[in-house]
Amino acid sequence: MMEECSKGSGAACSPKLLDLIPKEMEWAVAKGESGDVERSSVEIRKLELRLGLPGDDEWSLKNTNTAKNINRERDHHDSLFSLGYFNHGHHHNHHHHFHHHQPSHKAGSHEISPQVGPVAGSSSSSVWFNQQQQQQLAPPSSFLQFPTTTKAATDKQQSSCLLLPTVAKESSQPCCTKVGAIDLQQSPAEKKAFSPPAAPPTPANTAVANSSQKRTAPGPVVGWPPIRSFRKNLASSSSSSKQNGNPNKKAATSDKPVEACKKGMFVKINMDGVPIGRKVDLTAYDSYPRLSTAVDELFRGLLAAQRDSSAGGNMNKQQQEEEEKAITGLLDGSGEYTLVYEDNEGDRMLVGDVPWHMFVSTVKRLRVLKSSEVSALSRE
Amino acid sequence: MNYFPDEVLEHIFDFVGSHKDRNSVSQVCKLWYRIESYSRQKVFVGNCYAIGPERVAERFSGLKSITLKGKPHFADFNLVPPDWGGFVYPWIEAFARSRVGLEELRLKRMVVSDESLELLSRSFPNFKSLVLVSCEGFTTDGLAAVAAYCRQLKELDLQENDVEDHRGHWLSCFPESSTSLVSLNFACLKGDINLPALERLVARSPNLKSLRLSRAVPLDVLQRILIRAPQLLDLGVGSYLHDPDSENYNKLVTAIQKCKSVRSLSGFLDVAPHCLSAFHIICPNLTSLNLSYAPGIYDNELIKLLRHCHKLQRLWILDCIGDKGLEVVASTCKDLEELRVFPSDPYVGQAAVTEEGLVAISRGCQKLNSILYFCQQMTNAALITVAKNCPNFVRFRLCILDPTKPDAVTQQPLDEGFGAIVQACKDLKRLSLSGLLTDQVFLYIGMYAEQLEMLSIAFAGDSDKGMQYVLKGCKKLRKLEIRDSPFGNAALLMDVAKYETMRSLWMSSCEVTLGGCKALAKRMPGLNVEIINENDQMEFVGGCDDDRQKVEKMYLYRTLAGQRRDAPEFVWTL
Repeated sequence: MMEECSKGSGAACSPKLLDLIPKEMEWAVAKGESGDVERSSVEIRKLELRLGLPGDDEWSLKNTNTAKNINRERDHHDSLFSLGYFNHGHHHNHHHHFHHHQPSHKAGSHEISPQVGPVAGSSSSSVWFNQQQQQQLAPPSSFLQFPTTTKAATDKQQSSCLLLPTVAKESSQPCCTKVGAIDLQQSPAEKKAFSPPAAPPTPANTAVANSSQKRTAPGPVVGWPPIRSFRKNLASSSSSSKQNGNPNKKAATSDKPVEACKKGMFVKINMDGVPIGRKVDLTAYDSYPRLSTAVDELFRGLLAAQRDSSAGGNMNKQQQEEEEKAITGLLDGSGEYTLVYEDNEGDRMLVGDVPWHMFVSTVKRLRVLKSSEVSALSRE
Repeated sequence: MNYFPDEVLEHIFDFVGSHKDRNSVSQVCKLWYRIESYSRQKVFVGNCYAIGPERVAERFSGLKSITLKGKPHFADFNLVPPDWGGFVYPWIEAFARSRVGLEELRLKRMVVSDESLELLSRSFPNFKSLVLVSCEGFTTDGLAAVAAYCRQLKELDLQENDVEDHRGHWLSCFPESSTSLVSLNFACLKGDINLPALERLVARSPNLKSLRLSRAVPLDVLQRILIRAPQLLDLGVGSYLHDPDSENYNKLVTAIQKCKSVRSLSGFLDVAPHCLSAFHIICPNLTSLNLSYAPGIYDNELIKLLRHCHKLQRLWILDCIGDKGLEVVASTCKDLEELRVFPSDPYVGQAAVTEEGLVAISRGCQKLNSILYFCQQMTNAALITVAKNCPNFVRFRLCILDPTKPDAVTQQPLDEGFGAIVQACKDLKRLSLSGLLTDQVFLYIGMYAEQLEMLSIAFAGDSDKGMQYVLKGCKKLRKLEIRDSPFGNAALLMDVAKYETMRSLWMSSCEVTLGGCKALAKRMPGLNVEIINENDQMEFVGGCDDDRQKVEKMYLYRTLAGQRRDAPEFVWTL
């Protein structure tokens, strides 16, 4: 069966068939031609002929589909056409290149290959080709032409793999540069194989886009990508620790799209009695005292302004300056205010207990509370 | 063989290890069935609803170890509502009643309550090993019971479970007399840990070989632990935040140098991006490295680390390693057999690995046989090359973050690329597809994937034919899971007998209707056909309306236990 042939007894199998497959010929199911509904369903029937559902003994040359199935097939395609599924007016081939494993001589015992063509021997293979030629095929992009005579006989692994695509003569699209990076077994003439032969790439795209629209959800899809929930939260829960280090690294590798190159780590900071919050960049500081000074600078003016407004805004400038006293003792509980923070687990913590780096990696937001309130909270 | 005394047969069967082989042995004749059944010590039940615990206990009277799997695989991705089922309690209770000498319990995707853990710990005096993977429903109180009452506990392995952390002192519940621990993994716990208790536990466990810490364990504790346990083979670092100039760090470096036996490294759940160099000294010994929980490590640090890992066989990593990083892996890790590249930011469209990284790996790592690869894009050409370079894949799972993305270069479907994979990889047992795919890829799968046991399909195919090709062609198929693909009743009902040769079939957001499912259930009484009807979307009406009601989620599985009695309201068993 197939396996035997693939294991290198290819020489005994009929290599002729694969020679017979003209390199540019591959049958395909043509979709996307609005005027060709009839033809495409005929082609679909031919597709059935070739494919022969694996293992199904009922498939045969003559009796491919029940009428019902054919109709259903047609209906299916009809409805697809009517949905504007395919880009009418452009000949976009949905390429079904039929791939043969080393064809087996044991016709009938070949479970999966079609009953037509390769199994039956050369006579019907010519029938097969006639049918092929009946189709007007657009230039193909066939990526795979499974083992050919030259390769198959020798090395099992190599033979069972891939001979790379053949090129239709019409195809003249240059390869994308990415392909260059890839190791390919090709003859020079075939180098252009990968690109879609359809001269205007857009129809292919739109046709494909249409088909993908059929199934793609517009926004985030439930359960996609398929990773466990805790992995989805990994990036966000550790983003602060990422931002902590390596601030000077990303300049050199600016083309890396990964979010690791964020500069600065801004967290919200609110102060009791001040309705408007601020944001502070923790990467700008490397120690608690520096942070404390920064908080003082941020809020000193605002706090004074608040007092002023609550006092009726009657203070003159000099008084305002006197009122603007420094906010001190944020870290040791000695001042009027105390600095606390919310960590990545949602808990409220006193600033200053853990090493600075650890603090930066877990802090989510900061608060400046009245010290009296803090002690009240801790008694709860 | 009739003239062999039973003990001889039993002794021979001792050498037969794998479940498959033992199952085959038991089917030879009644005598062999009997002997194999009472001599089998390890039992594997792939679907906890396929059989009842009483029957298992009755048949395998010598049972010491059982592995149970509960929810369908797609439950990992939130496609199965909570409370669907998969409770372990009935199993523990039945085994306790039948006085099974249970020593090992391994669960995957099951609901484990604290009550069941308590019952477990009290019912089996020889209990030694508890492994919970992707389970939920328990708290640290349940763990405390296990710690306290399983006097012979050797292994407590919690992998990626959802544990409610009561921050109790479960670690201190290990009695002072307990010195038998060999393996302890609590990396998935989120709350605080009693650190002194942990240190004492490590100190009195001379056989400890595997230790995976949670993020609550800071660096200085890690350092002290490593001093106590230089014999560790498998280390999971918890938190790795430190000041590189601190004394703690220097001590850690010294401690790590003593750990010459470590072969497997993981964790780094909280990490300062630099100073992984402390671990460079053990890298040359590593065969397994899992940095997939550590988005805080930048790619250049990763690369520096990986350059030392010449013996690596298994690598789990995040995609921030980039294609360039994968090239480094390809040139360094020549023994690599399993690679998993996870997305570091699943929602951003800028994954850092593409098909180039995969091709580089395939070129450099000839022994590669298992891959899980999340990437931004893929091409047929790349897949063809990969297939050519690595024909030994046993597991091939590709996930393109945009689920129906075509070949990035040609805009064609990825049928040909996957076709090449299944054609080249004769031993392929597991395959996950993604990208733009038509029925053609399923034709190839049906034709070539002869050893395929598990297939995951999402957003693929054009018609019923796709699924039909697979059902017809893949003779060894055991698990098929499909979502968001246009397969309907024709495919579902094509070969109903096949489902009894499989463990399970999942279809969600496909074209199957209630009528089709009912027809299937009627024809195959040996299957449980479950419809998950969330939000009361469907009505259980009879008649022709059934064919207009599409089923959102269907899960069917073969079973000897009949309809399950613990199904919640939203699950209908037809």
